[in-house]
Amino acid sequence: MEVQFKDAKQGDMKEIICVICPNSCKLQVFKDKKGEVQVEGYGCTRGIQYGEDEYTAPKRTLITTVKIDGGELPVLPVRSKVAIPKEKLFKAMEVANHVTAKAPIKMGDVVIPNLLGLGVEVIASRSMGKKE
Amino acid sequence: MRRFIETDIAVLGGGPAGLAAAMIAHEKGAKVTIIERDFELGGILQQCIHNGFGLTYFKEELTGPEYAQKFIDKVKASGIEILLDSMVIDLTPDKTITAMNPEMGLMKIKAKSVILAMGCRERTRGAINVPGTRPAGIYSAGTAQRLVNMEGYMPGKRVVILGSGDIGLIMARRMTLEGAKVLCVAEVLPYCSGLVRNFVQCLQDYNIPLHLSHTITDIRGTDRVKEVVISEVDEKWMPIPGSEKIFECDTVLFSVGLIPENEISLKAGILLDKTNGPMVNEYLETTVPGIFACGNVLQVHDLVDWVTKEAERAGENAYNYVSNLDRGGKLLKPIRTIPGENVGYIVPQRIDHLKEEKLVQFSFRPKSPDKDCIIEFISRGKIFDKRKSKHIIPSEMLNFQIKVNPEIVESDITIHIKKAPPKVTQEEK
Ligand SMILES: Cc1cc2nc3c(=O)[nH]c(=O)nc-3n(C[C@H](O)[C@H](O)[C@H](O)COP(=O)(O)OP(=O)(O)OC[C@H]3O[C@@H](n4cnc5c(N)ncnc54)[C@H](O)[C@@H]3O)c2cc1C
Ligand code: SF4
Repeated sequence: MEVQFKDAKQGDMKEIICVICPNSCKLQVFKDKKGEVQVEGYGCTRGIQYGEDEYTAPKRTLITTVKIDGGELPVLPVRSKVAIPKEKLFKAMEVANHVTAKAPIKMGDVVIPNLLGLGVEVIASRSMGKKE
Repeated sequence: MRRFIETDIAVLGGGPAGLAAAMIAHEKGAKVTIIERDFELGGILQQCIHNGFGLTYFKEELTGPEYAQKFIDKVKASGIEILLDSMVIDLTPDKTITAMNPEMGLMKIKAKSVILAMGCRERTRGAINVPGTRPAGIYSAGTAQRLVNMEGYMPGKRVVILGSGDIGLIMARRMTLEGAKVLCVAEVLPYCSGLVRNFVQCLQDYNIPLHLSHTITDIRGTDRVKEVVISEVDEKWMPIPGSEKIFECDTVLFSVGLIPENEISLKAGILLDKTNGPMVNEYLETTVPGIFACGNVLQVHDLVDWVTKEAERAGENAYNYVSNLDRGGKLLKPIRTIPGENVGYIVPQRIDHLKEEKLVQFSFRPKSPDKDCIIEFISRGKIFDKRKSKHIIPSEMLNFQIKVNPEIVESDITIHIKKAPPKVTQEEK
């Protein structure tokens, strides 16, 4: 959720906190008259890219667990290899909740080859042996 | 059956601290034995399945289990002796360890040096006195984290979290993704105590409200939690009557901080600081010669990368100790380090050896957040070093390597965190 400016002069102004470094600059991101995304309030230029990305297409890594058959534990931690669009996270969770891996497994093994058709792999975050 | 093991260096705990310390000591040439009570290595990292680990140490962003796995694979391949399912129950000053293993029963391990790496445990509700009944559905955030991420068990559906520490924030997101409704996070402090990044990506992303200067004033329900009441607090943390908010929920998570786990250290007669971590010298050696400490058992860390670095120092120093290497100019009277303005604690608590100028690693935390600070290192009333920091918050540990010269530093060292004087602008000049 981004805080919406009630009295924003520009359309669609969003306040976004930059999380790249501990300065936590409060960026004001909006579209100018030409429809181009503008970022203000950054303490360094890295904030510009961050603000643009968060405004237009925020992405997050999927981090969850899947069931595992015959493992030392009942569940296996997994992650998407790269970040996926934020709004797809709950859909991705649904997919992951219907996947079952098989022990033994090695860290980095692919658990879901093509998440939601995004061309993104979901991989095992640890190795897990078979339950004796 | 009784087993007896002799080793150079015994490492108590197989979390990231124990693994890194063991690996270095082994690479140097010592015989190392790791004793771990769990069925596997990795420590608490195995339940921290989110990412954000390793950016400093590995220069890539890893999840907790990935970070642990890299060390586990190395340690397993090294031939270091690993005792799993083995709970250390006693440690003597002459470094004899007693451990319990379900198959082998009692074991005695005689070591020349010991590295404490037992990590920390969570403060519980009892430790912070929340009124109300004690129905089911009350968990510490770390327990909930283990249940969800390692046992595949969801503790509840409608959740209120007390405390905005990182584990609480991360569990707010995790339980939301798994289909629970997290109603709010209540924090008694006037600021979020977790990292800004976690505030943004765990709460803001999912519209979870954070009530600052609020605490839980009642938990209702007979068998299971039914309702939680939170109230605003004044500057003295006293609830303000009339500010109550009631939440219908079945689960309460407490994320109210961690404390080093030092019952074993106490048995060996090691002196603890007020942080509950052992008092150590610049070699991370406790008050018992040859027993070292690193990781969360020494001081609660927020970044595992620093745990690894600290543990590597402990491993190297333990190796130097067992090899009888000259550690340089033992002082008659140790130089103590004293927390000054806005400093909560300092590791190390003392410097024992100082023959010539050397670099000493100082770790400490501020008591309260501040901006544009100057950190002063003072001895005999003189500032012998100072550093700048733009932002300080209690949840982020400060780490500095400082040159300590025996000609300048003769008596105790005080560290202050002060507000930098405002910059003189052109006009004022
Ligand atoms: C619940 C929780 C969640 C955390 N989440 C994060 C996070 O998200 N991100 C982050 O950077 N940091 C997190 N931390 C901090 C994290 O613990 C440290 O970064 C790091 O794991 C500390 O490493 P350690 O080796 O010192 O301790 P640990 O990882 O705790 O390892 C200690 C090991 O010692 C073993 N042990 C303890 N007592 C005995 C005994 N008597 N006999 C034998 N073995 C024993 C334990 O079983 C454990 O394996 C979390 C801590 C906790 C408690
Ligand atoms: S804009 Fe630059 S200075 Fe500000 S928080 Fe982002 S990275 Fe840091």
